[in-house]
Amino acid sequence: MPAAPSLRVLALVLLVAAAVALMQLAFNDYLLTLASIILINVTLATSLSLTNGLTGLFSLGHPAFMTVGGYVAAILTFPASRKGFMMPELPEALAVQQWDLLPAMLTGGVVAAAVALLVGFPVLRLRGHYLAVATLGLIIIVKVLVNNLDGYTRGGLGLNGLPRLTNLWWTAGLAVVTIAVCWRVKHSSLGRAMMALRENEMAARCLGISALRLRMTAFVLGAFFAGLSGAQMAHLITVITPGTYSVLLAFNLVVMIVVGGSGSLTGAVAAAVGLSVLSEALRPVEESLELYGLSQVILALCLLLILVFRPGGLFGSGEPAAVRRFLGGG
Amino acid sequence: MSQYALQQLVNGLTLGSLYALVAIGFSMIYGIVRLINFAHGDIVMVGAFATLGLVAVGTPWPVTILLVMLVGALAGVTVEAVAFRPMRAAPQVTGFIATLAVSIVIQNAGVMILSGQPRNFLFPEVMRTRVPLGGATVSLTDLVILGVTLTLVSALLLIVHRSKLGIAMRATAENADVARLMGINVNRTIMLAFALGSGLAAVAGLLWGGRFGQIDPLLGFVPGLKAFVASVIGGVGSLTGALLGGYLLGFAEVLFVGFLPPEYAGYRDALVFVTLILILLVLPRGLLGRSTEERA
Repeated sequence: MPAAPSLRVLALVLLVAAAVALMQLAFNDYLLTLASIILINVTLATSLSLTNGLTGLFSLGHPAFMTVGGYVAAILTFPASRKGFMMPELPEALAVQQWDLLPAMLTGGVVAAAVALLVGFPVLRLRGHYLAVATLGLIIIVKVLVNNLDGYTRGGLGLNGLPRLTNLWWTAGLAVVTIAVCWRVKHSSLGRAMMALRENEMAARCLGISALRLRMTAFVLGAFFAGLSGAQMAHLITVITPGTYSVLLAFNLVVMIVVGGSGSLTGAVAAAVGLSVLSEALRPVEESLELYGLSQVILALCLLLILVFRPGGLFGSGEPAAVRRFLGGG
Repeated sequence: MSQYALQQLVNGLTLGSLYALVAIGFSMIYGIVRLINFAHGDIVMVGAFATLGLVAVGTPWPVTILLVMLVGALAGVTVEAVAFRPMRAAPQVTGFIATLAVSIVIQNAGVMILSGQPRNFLFPEVMRTRVPLGGATVSLTDLVILGVTLTLVSALLLIVHRSKLGIAMRATAENADVARLMGINVNRTIMLAFALGSGLAAVAGLLWGGRFGQIDPLLGFVPGLKAFVASVIGGVGSLTGALLGGYLLGFAEVLFVGFLPPEYAGYRDALVFVTLILILLVLPRGLLGRSTEERA
């Protein structure tokens, strides 16, 4: 008799932990950072897959939520001794704080989710394309605010010299938690309602599904994980600037979801890993040819080809049978 | 009228004209294919660089304007053929992603070929003459921008409302299937709508370069988004609405920068998109838009 899914999940988590421990021993600094960045991309792609893939919204807001989460967390973890110099306008109550990563990161995620709630309320009632542009606008709004509130954020200079509080354990842990949450959501009645909404809004509403509430759930949940990822990234590369997370990042995430198959978590994970490795591999080529932007052009052209010839992506909307059997729930 | 107030008024009119030129094509394309064309702003960039190239080889300005319009039209038709036509049967989200991909290709190809460095862009010397107007002076550039915009927009409105092509376009926007039954060549109509709208956007690029003096391969991104905001203010799909929205947005920005203390000037782009979100909250159909209730 095969083991119960929960045991297998436990085994999988242990396997990931063993892999992380091994990598911590065997990898140099560059490879460890690269692995962490790939895992952050996995977190981002998986969470956006919930919003864009499963629910059929088209949000480009992940960079904005990452910036919000990243700055909030960075301000909270920043060494109190240097705060007066770097952030002169910070209120006294905040200036004396120096938090650990976990509470700071969670606060960043919650603030990002609150921003999503605020933006989602007017925009999610309307049809899809408004969300695309409103979230692009949100990226600009957040960037402008961060640039101009220089008493809190040091403006365009960004915050550098952040404590490097995160490592592969954190980023792998976050990726596992995100995948687990998204998996559970997808295979619950909530996930089915989301997919119904994506396939046919009118039919879904006729079945008593509240479109606004469901879209809001997907959007806010995605933003929460984006906020967490932003905080992780800031404490990994120890710097955050208003332009660190740009529209290009949003586009790359969208590419990951389309390549993986919209709504497929396995696909999102596989595509996030694959494309992160690919773009890292293309970087030396780009630099030696001095054709900056080449990898983006290649990526975008590949995307167009996939849209034309294989619109379902690698895995369509589902999960491959082996993954489904292993994790249960499908 | 004081020179300062007049200058602000003129600034509002020129900025509004540029937004309107971009927004009206954007709105027209949206009206027909029901898709946001993210690459529309990049046509503005293509127009600006086409102007630079044509002027460099010594083309006279009036000819340049016509050729730039042609280049823009060709670019628009290409965008349609690559990103819109193959996706027409696909879900709407696919269409967004495709046009976003085209926009990224145009921007990065621009950076690759032209380098990301901004370049100087000069109108001929004569354009900087100041024309006396009501006790103050206005630069000729601003008058030309206003004149060109009003001419092109009137021509477009005339085409859309009076010509056979315009009737075909409005019929296709209303219901493509029925239009096809009436013997309208829907593919050709959509292509021509892209050509017209993109031609206007390319001219906006020419004027944009002349007004602000510098161009770079990413210059189309923000105007493209603002054109969307302008057409949402006016009511997406309505051409007069896009015109109105463009001018309102231009004036709002100029008022914001010109009459508030300078420390707020940096928030200008944030203002535009906050406006978008507020409008979507209270007036999602825009000023002149029609109901977009979905039919089963």
